Amino acid sequence: MIEILDERKRQVFENGKDSYNIACGKASTAGSVSQRACVFCGSRVVLYPIADALHLVHGPIGCAAYTWDIRGSLSSGSELYRLSFSTDLRENEVIYGGEKKLYASLVELIDQYAPKAAFVYSTCIVGLIGDDVDAVCARVSREKGIPVLPVFSEGFKGTKKDGYRAACEAVFKLVGRDNTTPVSPFSINILGDFNLAGEIWIIKEYYRKMGIEVTSCITGDGRVDEIGRAHKAKLNVVQCSGSMSYLAKMMKETYGIPFIRVSYFGIEDMSSALYDVANFFDNKEIIEKTQKVVLEEVSTLLPQLESFRRDLEGKKAAIYVGGSFKAFSLVKALRHLGIQTVVVGSQTGTQEDYNYLKEITEEGTIICDDTNPLELSKFILEKGADLLIGGVKERPIAYKMGIAFCDHNHERKEALAGFEGMLNFSREVHSSIMSPVWKYSPARIKHAGGAE
Amino acid sequence: MIAEAIKTKSPSRSYTSTRNACKLCAPFGACIVFRGISGCIPLIHGSQGCSTYIRRYGISHFREPIDIASSNFTESTAIFGGRDNLELALSNVTRQYKPEAIGVTSTCLSETIGENVPMYIAQYEKDRSEREKNGGSKEPALFYASTPSYRGTHMDGFHEAIYSVVSKLAGTSVASENVEEPKHLNLISGFVSSEDLRELHKILSSFEMPYTLLPDYSESLDGGSWEEYQKLPKGGTPLESIRRMSSAVGTITLGESIPREHDASAWLESNFGVKAARVPMPIGIENTDAFFSQLTEFTGRPISQKWMDVRGRLIDAYIDGHKYCFGKKAIVYGEEDFVLAICSFLSELGIEPVLVATGAVSDSFKSRILSILKKNRSEPLVMDDADFVTMLEKAKDLSPDFVMGSSKGFYLAKNLEIPLIRCGFPIHDRMGGHRILHLGYRGTLNLFDLVCNTLMQIKQSSSKIGYTYI
Repeated sequence: MIEILDERKRQVFENGKDSYNIACGKASTAGSVSQRACVFCGSRVVLYPIADALHLVHGPIGCAAYTWDIRGSLSSGSELYRLSFSTDLRENEVIYGGEKKLYASLVELIDQYAPKAAFVYSTCIVGLIGDDVDAVCARVSREKGIPVLPVFSEGFKGTKKDGYRAACEAVFKLVGRDNTTPVSPFSINILGDFNLAGEIWIIKEYYRKMGIEVTSCITGDGRVDEIGRAHKAKLNVVQCSGSMSYLAKMMKETYGIPFIRVSYFGIEDMSSALYDVANFFDNKEIIEKTQKVVLEEVSTLLPQLESFRRDLEGKKAAIYVGGSFKAFSLVKALRHLGIQTVVVGSQTGTQEDYNYLKEITEEGTIICDDTNPLELSKFILEKGADLLIGGVKERPIAYKMGIAFCDHNHERKEALAGFEGMLNFSREVHSSIMSPVWKYSPARIKHAGGAE
Repeated sequence: MIAEAIKTKSPSRSYTSTRNACKLCAPFGACIVFRGISGCIPLIHGSQGCSTYIRRYGISHFREPIDIASSNFTESTAIFGGRDNLELALSNVTRQYKPEAIGVTSTCLSETIGENVPMYIAQYEKDRSEREKNGGSKEPALFYASTPSYRGTHMDGFHEAIYSVVSKLAGTSVASENVEEPKHLNLISGFVSSEDLRELHKILSSFEMPYTLLPDYSESLDGGSWEEYQKLPKGGTPLESIRRMSSAVGTITLGESIPREHDASAWLESNFGVKAARVPMPIGIENTDAFFSQLTEFTGRPISQKWMDVRGRLIDAYIDGHKYCFGKKAIVYGEEDFVLAICSFLSELGIEPVLVATGAVSDSFKSRILSILKKNRSEPLVMDDADFVTMLEKAKDLSPDFVMGSSKGFYLAKNLEIPLIRCGFPIHDRMGGHRILHLGYRGTLNLFDLVCNTLMQIKQSSSKIGYTYI
C-alpha cells in the first residue's frame, strides 16, 4: 500500500471530489523522491541552447558531467554549446577558493574557442567558499572584450523556477547591444522554445509564411548577436512561460515590448499561437496569410490523425511534466486522439495553473504538484492509465507497470511542436500504446486482463 | 587535509578546466552500491538536484527505476545546518518505502558547510531505539558514506559506500556467536555490469562454498517486468550476509586501485583476521586465471571442468582471430581498474593501446599501465585526470583503429572516424549496457567477439570487393 506523506496531502487533488486549493510552489518535502531538479538545472536548461556561447559550470565535476549533452536542442551552426566545461573544483579550491581557477579556465577557454559570450554557472558551494564570481567575470570581460555573465544558480537557493529567473537575468544583459541592424515592423522574438529536435525551425517557418520576421530566438538555436537586437522586435511571443516570463517582463519594463503567452503543442494552441501574433499586428495581409497557413496545415493534419484516433479512442493518459503550460496543451492534444487525461501534474505549477487544469479535465482526474514515483505509480494503477507522458525519470515507472510512454521532456529527439509535431506526437503515442509487447507484461495481465 | 589537498592536481594535466568529463562525482558511486544492497534506498544529503541528476544518469544506463531520496537543502538549511532536514528525510523515507536500510551520502554542499552527519545519525539511532523499546516498529539500518563531490570520482564514492556498509554491519550478526557456520567467502566486486554480477554468481556457485557478493545489483538494477509496483526493486546483498562477512575464510576484491582508507577487505582483515586478496578485474585470460586461482586458494576446491572448457574455447577463439587483431591500435578510457583490465586483455591479442586514460587522479596509473603494456612496440600515452576533449586532441596523431569504452566516447570516435566498441559504464545510446558481459572467461569471449568482429567489419567495408567470406 502506497501512502501519501502528510506534508504532501494537499498537493494532490481529485477533480470533482476535493474542494481545497491545491498546495504548490513549496520546496520539496525532505525524503520524498521528488522528480524536480535544482536551481542550477533551471538555469542550465534555459541557457544551454545559446549555441555560440561558452557555458562554464563553476563547481565540482558532477553538475557539468550530469548535464553534458543532456538536451535535444539543435543548432544550425555552432556546436560549442554541446561541450561540457567545468572548473572541476577540487579540495584545494574548496579550501583556498576557486577564483584563480575560474579566471584561468575562462581565459584558456575563450582563447581556444572564441565564443561570442560566456556564461558562468555558480553551483552549490561557490558562494560558500567565498568566490567573487562577479568580479572574475567582469575582469575577464574587460580583458577579452566579450560579455562574461555570471549565472547565480546555486542549487539549494530555491527551486528550478529560481534558476529560470537567474538565467533570464543573465540573458537580459545580452539584450540591447545591437542598435544598428534593421528590424522589420512585423517582427517578433520567440521566447521559451529550445529547438528540441529542430522544433523552432518548424515554428519559424510558419511565421515566415505569415510575413513575420523572427528577430531572435531565446534560446532555441540561439545566437549572442541575435539576442543583442531582440529589444527592437515589436512583440515577445512566450512559450514555456514558466521559464521565460521573467525575461518578457523585464523586456516590457525596459524596452516597452509587449508579450503574449502561447503554446506550440496541439492543434488549437498552435493555431492560436499564430493567430494571436497576426491579430497583434492587425494587418489584413498577415491575417489572410495566417488563415492560409493554418488551413493548409490543419487540413493536411486532421485526416492523418484519423487513423491514429480510431485505434486510440477511449484510452487513458497520465501526464507528469515540468511546466503546467505544457500539461494544458497535452490535455487538449490528447483529446484529438480520443484519449482522456486521468492524471495530470507538474513540477512547478501555480495555483492559477492548477485551477485551469481543474476546468479542462474531467471529474475524477487526479491533479498533482511535485509528485514522486510512488504516488505516480499508485495514481496510474488506480486510474487505469494506458499511457504516461513525462521524461526519462518517469519512463521506467510506466514501463515496469506495463503502460505506454511518450517522452515530452527536454531530452526528446522527436519534434513535437507545431502541426507537424502534433503528427509526430500522435505517431509516437500510437506506436507505444499499440505495440504488441504489452500483452506479455505481468502487470498488464493482472490489472487489465491483458492488453486487449 | 591540506597536504592531501595539494596533491589533487596531477602533473599530467595540461589544461585548467575539464572539458567533457571522463568521470562522475562521488555520490553517484555510493548510490549504485546502496541500490545493490537488499531493501536499501540511497538518501543524498544535499540539494534536490543531486539526487535527480544521479537518478536520471543511472536510469539512462540501467533503464530501471532508481529511486534516490534527498534531504533537500534550502538556503536556510545551508546557513543553519541540515540536521532537521536529514531527520525528516529519514523518517519520511522510512514511512514511504519501509526499507531494510537507508544509505546516506554527503555532497559537496553538506561537506563544505561542515555537517557532522555521523553524529546526526548516531543521535537519530539512539532516539529511535528508545522508540523501538517503547513498542515502535523495527527501523532500517543506516549507513553513511562521506562523498564530497570535490574529492575523487564516482569510484571513490563506490568504494566508500562498500566500506561504510561493511564496517557498520560485519561482525554484528547475533546468530554467529552460537551457531557453527559453514565456511564462506566474501567477494567485493568493482563497478561492473548487472550481467557481470550474474556471472560472478555462477562462478562463485561453482566453487560450492556459500558466499557474500557485495554489492549485488544484478537484479535490483536489471529486473524483470513487474506484476505489482515494487517500492524498491528486489534483489541486492542481504544484510544478514554482510553481517557474516567478518567470519569468512577470505575476501576477494576485484580491482587494485582502491585507496586503503576505503578498502573494506583491509578493514575485515585488520578487525577480524579475514584474509584479504585483491586481484585485477577478471578480463582477459591471465586476469581471469588469477581470479580463479584465488578462488581455489580460499575455497580449497578446484576449478570446475565447465570453466576450463570455456577457457579452452576462449583460447581457441583468440587463435582463430589473431590475425585480425595483431598490431591494431586502440584508445581505452574509463575507471582505472576497468581500463587496466581491458588493456591487459587487448595486449593478450597483440592489440596495442596507444592512448590510455582515466578521469581519476592517480599516481600509480601510468606505471601500472606501462607494466601491462611492456610489449607495446611504442610507449602508449597514458593520462590520468583526463577528459574527452584532451583525449581527442592527443589522439589525432596516434592513428588508432578503434575506441573502447563507455558511450561517452562517442564524439571522440566520431571525430576520429573510427568505431566505438561500447563497454563499461555508462551506455546511454544503446540498449542493454547493463547486460554487457565483461568478466570471466565468458565475458572475455564476449569482448573478444566484439573487438574481432569490429576489426573484421572495418576490413570488409573498406574493401572494394566486400568479401562475404573472411
